[in-house]
Amino acid sequence: MFFRLSDEQQEIRDLVRRFAQNEIAPQAERWDEENHFPREIFKPLAEMGLTGLLVPEELGGSQLSRLAGALIYEEIGKADMSTAVWLSVHNMVTGLINKFGDEEQRLRWVPGMTGGDLLGAFCLSEAHAGSDAANVRATAIRDGDDYILNGTKFWVTSAGVADIYAVMARTSDAGGHGISTFIVEKDTPGFSIGKRERKMGLHASPTGELIFEQCRVPAKNRLGEEGDGLKIALSSLDGGRINIGAISTGVAQAAFEVATRYAGERSAFGQPIGAFEGIQFMLADMAMKIEAGRLLVYEAAFKMDEGEPAASMHAAMAKCFASDIAMQVTTDAVQVLGGAGYVRDWPVERYMRDVKVAQIFEGTNQIQRLVIARALLGELAAGK
Amino acid sequence: MNIVVCMKETPSTTAEKSFTADMRLERRKEDAIPNPFDEYAIEEGLRQQEKNPGSTVTMLCMGPATATDTIRKALAMGGDRGVLVTDPALAGSDAISTARVLAAALTKIGYDLVIFGNAAADAYGGVVPSAVAEFLGKPLLSYASQLGIAGDKATIQRQAEIGYNVVEAPLPALVSVVKSINEPRYPSMKGIMASKKKPLDTFSLADLGLDAATVGGAAAREKALGAEKVSTQRKGEIYVGNDGAADRVVAFLVEQKVL
Repeated sequence: MFFRLSDEQQEIRDLVRRFAQNEIAPQAERWDEENHFPREIFKPLAEMGLTGLLVPEELGGSQLSRLAGALIYEEIGKADMSTAVWLSVHNMVTGLINKFGDEEQRLRWVPGMTGGDLLGAFCLSEAHAGSDAANVRATAIRDGDDYILNGTKFWVTSAGVADIYAVMARTSDAGGHGISTFIVEKDTPGFSIGKRERKMGLHASPTGELIFEQCRVPAKNRLGEEGDGLKIALSSLDGGRINIGAISTGVAQAAFEVATRYAGERSAFGQPIGAFEGIQFMLADMAMKIEAGRLLVYEAAFKMDEGEPAASMHAAMAKCFASDIAMQVTTDAVQVLGGAGYVRDWPVERYMRDVKVAQIFEGTNQIQRLVIARALLGELAAGK
Repeated sequence: MNIVVCMKETPSTTAEKSFTADMRLERRKEDAIPNPFDEYAIEEGLRQQEKNPGSTVTMLCMGPATATDTIRKALAMGGDRGVLVTDPALAGSDAISTARVLAAALTKIGYDLVIFGNAAADAYGGVVPSAVAEFLGKPLLSYASQLGIAGDKATIQRQAEIGYNVVEAPLPALVSVVKSINEPRYPSMKGIMASKKKPLDTFSLADLGLDAATVGGAAAREKALGAEKVSTQRKGEIYVGNDGAADRVVAFLVEQKVL
């Protein structure tokens, strides 16, 4: 057992921390307040090599380990969760095209995506297909060299601001095996953006609805074979869960640091509130939870890098635990700040609003517990 | 063009500082960073390389053996290779010693353009660039806020009280740069990984043909006698109530030439 990052990992973390604290954190409050999607930060992220984490160098990527990715998402999440979320979705879609695309598809889209010119979005969820992902109802009917897409996608991160949409649509009635993945470019006729959600948090990362009405998409935009769609979508789950765990850890860390500083500065009854045991215990609990969550995230990432079969279960544990504790820690941070924590002059209420969604997306934490239980109990838990 | 950037390893500006019994700064590896002023020199070296195809950039540093990590941090931004001059006899070097060593190293590796930050964030002497120029007998264009290379000539702008001076010198030349010259880039992930593979040579005093008696603590003409924490007590004036407070605030702002 060796609990130390390599020099290279430390260097990556320190660099991303410096960048995120200088270029992202100071803007986060305004972006949240103004519902501003910061496209202007996409290019600088690309120049640092953060927009092609799962892609080899010849396509402009930096092909880093999952552990390095976790360090990166933790630091960006600490500065602004919105940015970390759309960046992780972008990296996932870029990674999918790199992994499942043919040579022509990879060359067509990946360099623009790693280069910070084309932003990616992932489109699986529908009104009746969230946790129940196999229940996709959007259709893609083959018509000569094209497919005709019809249907509506929900909860799409970067809807309306992305350039490249990876869309799961039904090509046959074969349940989970009847879904295919299509790359739809923005401005394709028949493809439009519906309602933009008014969310509790993540205001700087637009979420919305996609509408397909007789939308003609060339067959050469299909990723993988017909029927591979769900497999392609689910292949990114473990990595996505580790990323959400890492982002949650970053948000919790940010909240903890504000609360700790505040406890040293704010006086009540003639002493800093940090001198009161009630506050000390809260801060100690927050620190313990963050450390535990962080270790779980790093371990899951490590197992995934090593290709260990248990990585899936650990990814679920990391996502579930880190987001649950982040919700607790950010809520406690608001409590430590008292009235100050409830107003927007301090960032902790934003952290709390933002991080709530980490318990919901990328598989709700109830689904994560099912995944864990099934890994532990097998058929018994699967009810077979 | 053979570009050499002279860079120093300094403790991070926020690190807790402590001193040895003979008043040398205790250097801890974990606090070490490239001198923040040198980041502008590194960036300028890389920009000149981009503008002058076929150029190479060498990061030259004198420091402890562990300073290779700091050189690699610079190489993560770009550049071709690093050179570290390190020798136990160099401990306690003053500015003149340092300049003597850098001049010898520059002579050994060759140069057309040498770029310095205008000072180091630890001792803040700011004399090394001119001392190196003196040892080499080459021109120094100091405090450059802009640098252009055309043919065999380097031209800089130097910020003056009103406007700026334009100063030029034939290559090979030395240039020290100020912060306004550029915005240093962030290294990239690729840069970090590539930096581990770039050649990094280490020279001792013997490699440079220098006599240990002429450098380091043995030859230091500067001696630090003491160090004290800067007191940061702020003086505040508090004006209370309506009784002329506004007038006094206005008078203060006028006095400070804010209004």
